[in-house]
Amino acid sequence: MSKNDRRRFLGQALAVGSAALLAGCERLNNNSTFKEVLSSSDKLTDKAFHALTPEDALAQEFTEAEMSPYFKANGSVNPKTPEYLALLNNNFTDYRLKVFGLVDIPLALSLAQLRALPSRTQITRHDCVEGWSCVGKWKGAPLGALLNQAKPKANAKYVVFHCADSYENNDERYYESIYLHEAHHPQSILAYDMNDKILDVAHGAPIRVRLERKLGYKMAKYILGLELVESLDDIGKGKGGYWEDHHGYHWHAGI
Amino acid sequence: MQRSDRITYKHRLPVRLSHWLNVICFFILLGSGLNIFNAHPKLYLGQFSHFETPIFWLHANYGAHHELIGLTQIAGKDYTTTGVLGVSNSMNGSPTAVGFPGWSTIPSGRNLADARLWHFFFAWIFVINGLLFFLWAWRSKHYSRDLQPTKSDWRGIFKSIWEHMRFKHPEGEEAVRYNILQKLAYVSVIYILLPGLVLMGLCMSPHMGSVLGWLLDLVGGRQSARTLHFIFAWLMVAFIAIHLFMVLITGPTNQIRSMITGRFKIHEPVSSDAVLVEEKIHVQE
Repeated sequence: MSKNDRRRFLGQALAVGSAALLAGCERLNNNSTFKEVLSSSDKLTDKAFHALTPEDALAQEFTEAEMSPYFKANGSVNPKTPEYLALLNNNFTDYRLKVFGLVDIPLALSLAQLRALPSRTQITRHDCVEGWSCVGKWKGAPLGALLNQAKPKANAKYVVFHCADSYENNDERYYESIYLHEAHHPQSILAYDMNDKILDVAHGAPIRVRLERKLGYKMAKYILGLELVESLDDIGKGKGGYWEDHHGYHWHAGI
Repeated sequence: MQRSDRITYKHRLPVRLSHWLNVICFFILLGSGLNIFNAHPKLYLGQFSHFETPIFWLHANYGAHHELIGLTQIAGKDYTTTGVLGVSNSMNGSPTAVGFPGWSTIPSGRNLADARLWHFFFAWIFVINGLLFFLWAWRSKHYSRDLQPTKSDWRGIFKSIWEHMRFKHPEGEEAVRYNILQKLAYVSVIYILLPGLVLMGLCMSPHMGSVLGWLLDLVGGRQSARTLHFIFAWLMVAFIAIHLFMVLITGPTNQIRSMITGRFKIHEPVSSDAVLVEEKIHVQE
């Protein structure tokens, strides 16, 4: 083989090799065991990120001048479930936020009661899993303090958010979950106001959670209930959230 | 001039292992990264997205005959890139509106969830591989002996540039050690570009952003970090293209073998010393 032949051969080998590698990845992508292996790194990310950052480290906060002129609404933006429409039709007068599960004192709080609690206001950046970001102002009741009122039992490990919307317009309702200790992060709030106005339907009225160290899909909207559980096995298909169960998104969702 | 060949040991095992692990990781990180980009094929500067004024956008429009036209928008100006960017043939052959084409992404179809599974699994292997390499390169003095440019390297920089421009490359014993341009390329890629790529990735993480606020402010915000992550990835692609070209023009079989087995063949004029060394190596083997 001449030098030029050898070079051409290696060039072609590179192209063929890349195509073969991509085809191999494609086959692996259809293998559910392999995908379990891939998603296992989420646990490492979760452990490492919590180890590398103080538990109360705050996400960046901004001034009013730094806010987005337009805040994109994503996921469900106009729920049509009967229970949501019933609440919306009388302007959430009948709304009660239920706190249940592994608690000593189950709660059912009206919007007036939620608004009467001490509040936190924060201007933060909302990061969508798709890659875009918006900066908005949120006001709400700190989640940790609210859960303390219900006196969580010692074995409560996770908070599950049960929602009124159905992302794919079927019988299933949106749900998400976080560690109980993440509910005590200073910026974890149940928001009822956005950009100095009452939270609108597109962004999660009447209550959506703000978890400023998570991606958008974790910050459940249209929340009806907070359930404290010891394990996520019995929630949905066991992976802790709607996107996690149905589309294989990561549970940690901090990156 | 009469020449003889002898075999020497060029790349140590940790170099070879970390090199090939990097090849696999970067290949997958790039493919899955392009798929993730396709979920929102726009880039911005600053903290948040100015949706109407991206600095870069892969998109599609319908032409006069209702055919799909792929467009690449850079700083507000559209360039037609049908077939590759914005619009390309899907795996079943029909024109599809998608940022980067299916043949370049992992998986081939637009799938943010799966692409992220690949990306963040191999990101960990890539980061662990990199950290182990840094540790080894420091402890074994690979960095100070082989990678760090010496004073005499710096003095020879113009000569080396002139030689590279004429595609004249070191032979004999000189080919075993890295020349100044190689050292600069490797050091800047290994110690600046790749860590920068990882850091810009971490800056996109809302969790890590709680301790990386200083870096986010330095680069201009999360959307700037995302744009830099994208640019750094393509700088890596450019580096790899040049790297492969250099391998091809400097004896590809010999170069590739030395990165697999460590053994590198040296061409050099016959002298009694060289023959002696060669014999010694054979005895060791």
